[in-house]
Amino acid sequence: MNKTTLFAEHEKLGAKMVDFGGWSMPINYGSQINEHKIVRSDVGIFDVSHMSIFDLDGSEQEKFLKYLLPNDVSKIKNSGRALYSPLLNKDGGVLDDLIVYNLGTHYRIISNCATRAQNHDWFVKQCEGYDVNIRFMSNLSIIAIQGPQSLNLLKKIGINDLHNMSDFDVKNQNLTMIAKTGYTGEEGFEVVVENANVESFWNRLLEAGASPIGLGARDTLRLEAGLNLYGTDMDKKNNPYESNLAWTIDLNDENRDFIGKSALLAINIDTSKELKGIILRDKGILRSHQVIDHKAGSGEILSGTYSPSFGFSIAFARLDKGHEGEGKVNIRNTEFKVEIVSPPFMRKGKMLI
Amino acid sequence: MNEIPGDLKFRPSHEWVRIEQDGTVTVGISDHAQDLLGDIVFVELPDIGAQMNAEDEVAIVESVKAASDVYSPVSGEIIEVNELLLDNPETINESPYSDGWFYKIQPDNLDEINELLSPQEYGEVCEE
Repeated sequence: MNKTTLFAEHEKLGAKMVDFGGWSMPINYGSQINEHKIVRSDVGIFDVSHMSIFDLDGSEQEKFLKYLLPNDVSKIKNSGRALYSPLLNKDGGVLDDLIVYNLGTHYRIISNCATRAQNHDWFVKQCEGYDVNIRFMSNLSIIAIQGPQSLNLLKKIGINDLHNMSDFDVKNQNLTMIAKTGYTGEEGFEVVVENANVESFWNRLLEAGASPIGLGARDTLRLEAGLNLYGTDMDKKNNPYESNLAWTIDLNDENRDFIGKSALLAINIDTSKELKGIILRDKGILRSHQVIDHKAGSGEILSGTYSPSFGFSIAFARLDKGHEGEGKVNIRNTEFKVEIVSPPFMRKGKMLI
Repeated sequence: MNEIPGDLKFRPSHEWVRIEQDGTVTVGISDHAQDLLGDIVFVELPDIGAQMNAEDEVAIVESVKAASDVYSPVSGEIIEVNELLLDNPETINESPYSDGWFYKIQPDNLDEINELLSPQEYGEVCEE
């Protein structure tokens, strides 16, 4: 089992450790629901060092990324910006989702944990013919600092120059990268530090009053925020249009070819399925694989759980197109009415449903 | 290591029973079970008057993580359910052996209880 540099710190904090894609990671430090609420109301810190960091070098990084990704890195031509994009295969299927950072000195990609080997092989194969090298960075750790008090927390430990940052801005100084990004829908930052420094950084944050948050709460937070989980909400059998990711497909530059483009252009968006939000206000919990029926057809629940912020169950489902409003779900032979909405359910402390 | 009170008997699937002085039996789930489940957010309890056989699915407990069936450790008639759990399911996490009980049953045959695990045997199951 893989362990992050902070493994012993998690054990000291009483974390419950679980196997997470081959990594022993904290699922909670006591109560997932309390941890969820701390991130919505205050600030929490997460060890997400199981995620994969790839650094690029070479003279054709931008050219390569414009071909590799359906979102167009021309949008982050100015250094200090980051961009979310799915990673597609030639058929337009989603291989992963990731964030690419323009650090000025070079580009960096952070992608999921379970797809590390696949992505590494894919990047190496696809960059053939480009003056680009790909390096997997095992020497770096990632701490997410999320919640309305995240800026104040970082000020308390002496990091003062972050108040002007907009979402998806990134700073990279002295081998520390600070990005205004996250997976919770709250104000927050993700900080990449060297493994040698991560323990002291983590403990300074705890001493300044931050609560450690497990990956259980990270999952309910991201679902409320309308953010997909790769492997559950989408995989290579799904295209971005049926994964609520049409906004990441940048077709503005007609001369740009990217992997999966021709397959995507052949899709009839008017008839493809779509990823919607589901709300169950009755007592019962929406779970993966339950069937949703509605007037325009049916579909299956993807991520589904109890929402700590709302106090009832929410989910994503991939449905036949053309329905918002009411639907039905059958849970253990009882039929419940559900509402079908467009995600997100919640952003920056505001309830959107 | 989770707490295991000495006056209880257990099913390997983590239900506990306690024989009360009036001969009725109280049923709940163990501290180890609530710990495995994580935060409990919803419980479905049996109807009062329902007749259960040992091994029947008698209740459902849903945590943020998953839904789990609860099996009746003994045969008999349900005589009381813990309605507090319907609005406060977190009570099971907080007090699995006391305030977090699920239901009381009038047992058909107390011998069934002798076949259940002692606290020590159950502790060994949890270690596995």
